[in-house]
Amino acid sequence: MAFLQHFALLLALIIVFSTSCKAVTLEVGSVEVGYNDSSKSSATEDTSTSINGSTDGHAPSVISTLPIVTWKWHHIETPYLVALWILTCWLCKLVCELNHNVTSVIPESGLLIILGFILGGIIWGADKAQTFKLIPTNFFYYLLPQIILDASYCMPNKLFFSNLGAILIHAIIGTCWNAATVGTALWACYEGGAMGTLNIGPLQFLLFGALISAVDPVAVIAVFEEVHVNEVLYILVFGESLLNDGVTVVLYNVFDAFVSLGGLKINAAEIVKGIVSFFVVAFGGSFLGVVFAILISMLTRVTKNVQVIEAGFIVVLGYLSYLTAEMLSLSAILSITFCGVCCQKYINANMDEKSVTTLRYTLKVMANGSETMIFVFLGVSAIDKNIWVWNTGFILLTIFFVVVFRFIGVFFLNWVLNQSRLIPIDITDQFVMAYGGLRGAVAYGLAALLDEKKIPEKNLMLGTTLIVVYFTVILQGITMKPLVQWLKVKKATHSDLTLNGKMNNRAFEHILTAMEDICGRMGDNWKKKKSVWSYFEDKYVCRLLMKSDARKHKDPIFGAFHKLNLEDATKYVIEGERKGSLAFIRNYDSASVDFKKKLALEYADFITADVSEYDFGIDNNPIPSVSLDIHEQDRKSMPDDLSAHHLLDQHLYKSRRNNCPTYSRSHYNTSENPDEMQEIFQRTMRSRLESFKSAKMGVNPAKKLSKYPKKDSAHKPNGKPADPHRTHPYGDEVEKIPYFMFVSMVSYFSIIITLITAAGVDNPAFIPEMDISPPMRNPPWQTETGNKTAVAPSQRAQGRLPWMPTNLRHLAPLRMSTHSTDAFVMADASLDEEAPEKKPGTHHTRL
Amino acid sequence: MGSTNSTLLKIPNVEVLMQETGFSPAHIIRLHDRFKALDKEGRGHLCPHDFGAIKELAMNPIGDRIIGAFFSPGKETVDFHTFVKILAHFRPVDKDRPKEPNSPEPINSRSNKLKFAFQLYDQDKDGKISRDELLQVLRAMLGMQVTDEQLESIADRTIQEADLDRDDTISFEEFRKACKHKRFTMFRFCIRPGERKLMLTLCHWSSELQDQHEL
Repeated sequence: MAFLQHFALLLALIIVFSTSCKAVTLEVGSVEVGYNDSSKSSATEDTSTSINGSTDGHAPSVISTLPIVTWKWHHIETPYLVALWILTCWLCKLVCELNHNVTSVIPESGLLIILGFILGGIIWGADKAQTFKLIPTNFFYYLLPQIILDASYCMPNKLFFSNLGAILIHAIIGTCWNAATVGTALWACYEGGAMGTLNIGPLQFLLFGALISAVDPVAVIAVFEEVHVNEVLYILVFGESLLNDGVTVVLYNVFDAFVSLGGLKINAAEIVKGIVSFFVVAFGGSFLGVVFAILISMLTRVTKNVQVIEAGFIVVLGYLSYLTAEMLSLSAILSITFCGVCCQKYINANMDEKSVTTLRYTLKVMANGSETMIFVFLGVSAIDKNIWVWNTGFILLTIFFVVVFRFIGVFFLNWVLNQSRLIPIDITDQFVMAYGGLRGAVAYGLAALLDEKKIPEKNLMLGTTLIVVYFTVILQGITMKPLVQWLKVKKATHSDLTLNGKMNNRAFEHILTAMEDICGRMGDNWKKKKSVWSYFEDKYVCRLLMKSDARKHKDPIFGAFHKLNLEDATKYVIEGERKGSLAFIRNYDSASVDFKKKLALEYADFITADVSEYDFGIDNNPIPSVSLDIHEQDRKSMPDDLSAHHLLDQHLYKSRRNNCPTYSRSHYNTSENPDEMQEIFQRTMRSRLESFKSAKMGVNPAKKLSKYPKKDSAHKPNGKPADPHRTHPYGDEVEKIPYFMFVSMVSYFSIIITLITAAGVDNPAFIPEMDISPPMRNPPWQTETGNKTAVAPSQRAQGRLPWMPTNLRHLAPLRMSTHSTDAFVMADASLDEEAPEKKPGTHHTRL
Repeated sequence: MGSTNSTLLKIPNVEVLMQETGFSPAHIIRLHDRFKALDKEGRGHLCPHDFGAIKELAMNPIGDRIIGAFFSPGKETVDFHTFVKILAHFRPVDKDRPKEPNSPEPINSRSNKLKFAFQLYDQDKDGKISRDELLQVLRAMLGMQVTDEQLESIADRTIQEADLDRDDTISFEEFRKACKHKRFTMFRFCIRPGERKLMLTLCHWSSELQDQHEL
């Protein structure tokens, strides 16, 4: 509490100081100017002051003696005030955050507005006029872009695009619906005499309807981030509010043009033009954003040498996309939105990790900063006698219609959407969606943009907009949380799962994946579309937009794995430092990083079995451990929860469901983590091959591995084989598996061999793996199966080769027979292609 | 829909099956096609190796257990009815299905789903997940680089977390409680109710997850 008082005091001081400065200005310059609050301060409104100020500043033309110091207030007046205001607003945020009991009830945005009232009151008290207010130009050019850019850049990409249909429908149709209905309903009420006499025509009502239907992303994010609703609901509300802004601005412009034209000149042709321009502006803006996204992505491919300002490029180009769209009179908000959403994947892959972090933080600072200022100034702007034209009927009816039509629109659109959604949006979610239609600064900015000459009742509209904003942000914001709790809306799942939860979750995923495999997956149109896109993306888009080495990194699992590793490393360091020196890690780290990198980036090269290349990873390693896992080292020192959770996090096999599976044939392997795949495969194989452990098996001479030349390994099986044996239409086969299996098997073996030769093996479980290689390397049926990548080969092979494990099925402890997976056979097939000189039958003799 | 009916007619006792499992005729046909495709030799039943021929299952760390779950003890084959019944575990829990007081619990009830998962752990079918059984599952699901020691400590902790009666095993009741507060993906395993879309959506589980982004 003491803190609070101090801050309040400080705030008051600052305000008094700035207003007194203002007073000085007024006296000296005697120019009445509305000071704006822009963060970049170069708005046109200020030029007059600065000119005046500077002339005044230079006024003492003749100096009699050399002044040691001079008072140069007018030189720095504008930037100084701007900086002061920024500081004040941010201090307001600090004050808001001081007491969490308050913020848990009233959302921060609401508090900021209330503080804005107080600040406005102080200014009013000092100046007797509202000299500071939110000027639309500043808002739209200096405050809004970074918020939108940040929101779109941090948008959960996959979620956004997979729900894009719903979001677009809500944003476009929903907004038009709101604008039209609110406008006409208000007009009808006006005609019915509910508002007394006002100088507003039907078109102006429509214009007002358009501006008031702007659901504000700033307010929505501010409120929804605090309530933690489930992701789908979040993305629907958030995405809608983001796109809805763009749509609103477009609608606003169309209606504004209609108002300028005047009711008489509007004929069918003009209306058609209006509709056309709506679409051109909206989609043109989006398209421009995509173009800029491509530009940014391509630029980040080559910015490696200027890493320091790499992040700056994104900000500047994003801003440019906004301004360019504005210049072309396209939708600037949509432009910057799509720019951010589309480029995030590629720039994150292209840029250095540090730059990504920098960018993220820069955007966050800018966005949060301007968000704070927007809310404070929404409050400050209210304390102004001039804008308040009270008309109870108009204001109340506006609030009523805004809420009611929002509900009707959302429910209706969701009903339509639910007809085709796999998981329908439930009624509580719909309710929260409708209730989450908070109006904010965009509506205010648009209202402030209204031209008083064309719309005589501008101030009434402005005041009403402000009231709607307060009503939605403060009242709905406060009630949102209790409502969400009361309706038992599905919350976002928390990450702090128990070990049981983690394990079971993963097991269930595996089960579901397996069931899906068992059921086959035919006629899955959506998936097909998806995979066409991902194929296209992989083939062309990534090639164009991503650095070649980044392309391999983009595998989501590897990304997640990498992130987890980084996190773990950080935690480990923090934990470890408490307990003593971590010097030993240094060596260990570098070694393991190298190793990992090789594995991830060059595992294709790996199969050259150039064992010596990896020797250093082991030899230089002071810790004779195979593990890439840092936690292995500390398992004795901290056998606590933490490490167990991390272990699970890191090492549970991901099921395919986790990583945006593309079921396209060509993509199977890219979406898998190669390390895991090979392990699982290994294991399955091993457990299945347990069954013929009774059969004697020779140990595979390891040196043979190095015989396969590198370029052969790059050879992939041909496209779609015309396989007569593929009788069923389900498309279980994935062509690349053989190649992939081959790669992973061989690389796996080479690791083992490396380890064995380096005498670093501490896990005897590795050794039995060796047994597996003979049957896979020289299967006698290889010449028959050739390149055919179907299920059939194993069947045929089984039929023809009496010694095949199938016949040993009764020996198998598991139910699994040794119809060793086809991938297994395929591995042979592709391998044998490469090594045709191997005689069939060697395997037999070895057995 | 003549073809639909004729396909349905080929399946014996299809009405009973539909009633037991809650699958629609279109679902059944879809599953029947798949069943026939898996059953390459046309024996009318599936053997473990028919499942083994599904390549992706080899990628599944607990694939063998899942396959095992299709076969009741002592049996080497699974016929279409059993096949469908097993798959019926994965239908979404239908809320608005009329509740007849005397009817047995539907296959796709929450606890039946959990039972299915439980039996994957509980290989010796004694109604308890012992430490060894848990270890086996963990070993299968965790990467190779996890050492046995770590594995054991994880297993111990896992049991400790769930074990309410301190007998060092997880009974089904305890298992259910451990899963109680989580919304597991299992229960979102959906087959779309509308029949017309069935052919497209029977296999939509993962795409649904993507829509939902629940992971």
